[in-house]
Amino acid sequence: MKTRGKTFKYGDNIDTDVIIPARHLNSIDPAELASHCMEDIDKDFVSKVRKGDVIVGGSNFGCGSSREHAPIAIKASGVACVVASSFARIFYRNAINIGLPILECPEAVAAASSGDELEIDLSAGTIRNVTKGADFKAQPYPEFMRSIMDAGGLIEYTRSRLASKGAAAKTAR
Amino acid sequence: MGMTMSQKILAAHAGLASVEAGQLIEARLDLVLGNDITAPVAIREFGRIGVEAVFDRKKIALVPDHFTPNKDIKSAEQCKMMRDFAHRMDIENYFEIGEMGIEHALIPERGLVLPGELVIGADSHTCTYGAAGAFSTGVGSTDMAAAMASGTAWFKVPAAIRVTLEGEMRGWTSGKDLILHLIGLIGVDGALYRSLEFAGPGVATLSMDERFTIANMAIEAGAKNGIFPVDEKTRAWAASVSSRPYTAVEPDADAVYERELRIDLSALTPTVAFPHLPSNTKSIGAAEKLRVDQVVIGSCTNGRIEDLRVAASILRGRRVAKGMRCIVFPATQEIYLAALREGLVEDLVKAGAVVSTPTCGPCLGGHMGILAKGERAIATTNRNFVGRMGHTESEVYLASPAVAAASALAGRLADPEEIMKAPGHGAFTKASTAAGTAAGTATAEREKA
Ligand code: SF4
Repeated sequence: MKTRGKTFKYGDNIDTDVIIPARHLNSIDPAELASHCMEDIDKDFVSKVRKGDVIVGGSNFGCGSSREHAPIAIKASGVACVVASSFARIFYRNAINIGLPILECPEAVAAASSGDELEIDLSAGTIRNVTKGADFKAQPYPEFMRSIMDAGGLIEYTRSRLASKGAAAKTAR
Repeated sequence: MGMTMSQKILAAHAGLASVEAGQLIEARLDLVLGNDITAPVAIREFGRIGVEAVFDRKKIALVPDHFTPNKDIKSAEQCKMMRDFAHRMDIENYFEIGEMGIEHALIPERGLVLPGELVIGADSHTCTYGAAGAFSTGVGSTDMAAAMASGTAWFKVPAAIRVTLEGEMRGWTSGKDLILHLIGLIGVDGALYRSLEFAGPGVATLSMDERFTIANMAIEAGAKNGIFPVDEKTRAWAASVSSRPYTAVEPDADAVYERELRIDLSALTPTVAFPHLPSNTKSIGAAEKLRVDQVVIGSCTNGRIEDLRVAASILRGRRVAKGMRCIVFPATQEIYLAALREGLVEDLVKAGAVVSTPTCGPCLGGHMGILAKGERAIATTNRNFVGRMGHTESEVYLASPAVAAASALAGRLADPEEIMKAPGHGAFTKASTAAGTAAGTATAEREKA
């Protein structure tokens, strides 16, 4: 799957409080969460972001609280992928579980500036900076995570697993 | 190859003889936790899995603590969604506000986590229970949903950093200062994806309340979990909260640690994390004595009875500075009651503090103490990110209950040692410790301020 969009670049340690401030956590509606995405660090993000755009962050992206509202807000805002030098652990997990594509690639982060056009091939894990004319390769996903992503997320993965367990139990009887 | 304490708990719950760092495993869970922010998302996702019941109605805990007592209609709706689900699924450990508390204080208090157990919670500070010798870690709502259905979760086995503690803390220094110091030392991603395993003779000098404070902030160093060895204090605590059997785990003698740190507890001083990262720490002696508008004492980090005792011992018989807002929020109803019985609530209220019911409230800028533009707070909480307690141009300084209480009296960032020695205050020192005089240089700096 290929996506193409503009870069929104931020620094290191982008925490979940700036991705979606706690004052908006009294909602679980993706569209409403998206309407406040990044507002404490970049007031213009919501009005400027277009489907297919890419958030580029430094190290420890998504640190802080476990709120899944953060990757949900990013995904619902139309962002196709987050590229960072490294991700905070829970954010990484949440993104995989809800099917928000994320790629770890410090080199692509170093080369990117806000506004750059990025073309990303998620299955190959490649990032092309069209504006700068440079290509990068991200860390591949471990196989186990691929199977969660291929299923469409952890919910779908769990559903099919529990269903096949149930079926197996029935045949055993 | 030897395993760390965290690795051994994971292996046992995955039904494996051994595991090693980096391995992906699926493990059986002893408890799955959620709160009024994260559980509604999990409940929605749970509905999509298509199972009728949760895996075990006794092994799920639902705690409405963030926006409760409900602060507005939307949060009331979220709590209702959780309450209805708990009712429908017959969840045993759902805690209505009259029996509740901030989840990470409440879960251990109710004996819902014991040594050697494996817990996930849809809240990043689930790592708190490492104090009890359990492996516990924060996850997201989707993980919680899948776990409520299957009773299992996937884990990447973490490598570990061993932190060996030596000596004993002095004066007003406490567990909060140790963890702030450690985060300052290794940074907010210093332990990313790793376990922080505490060890050494210094552990025995730490109270259980202090261990909970320390493990609570492991996540602020990026850690997957923080964990303490199980000793006499842990066993006595476990016996006081539960009669369930448990299997304590020790690290192998040849366990592999990726990095080793040593901390001399006797060299620590009260420490403050300046905005906007918990790693932005300074020793109180080196910190500018900035004017403060609000002091917040409580949270899952420092809202336990010992914390309230320390705060009350400083505020007792004195008045908070004119114009200062001092908010104290005990972490659970039990702690609230203990503070009432011990007369601490009266001490605090007489000193000009307000005492709230248990809630996360101000800690996450939810309600009960939001900061206006340009305002500054000293808080015993765990995060000082931009806008954490209110306006994006407000500031949060993280400190211990002793530093927070002293600052409430002074109206500025203050060293408890200095405040308690000031004329008219008598020479009071932390009861349990011999009068700890800070190093000469620090004292000189304080006098200048
Ligand atoms: S007290 Fe603060 S850190 Fe602790 S669970 Fe509540 S909001 Fe989170």
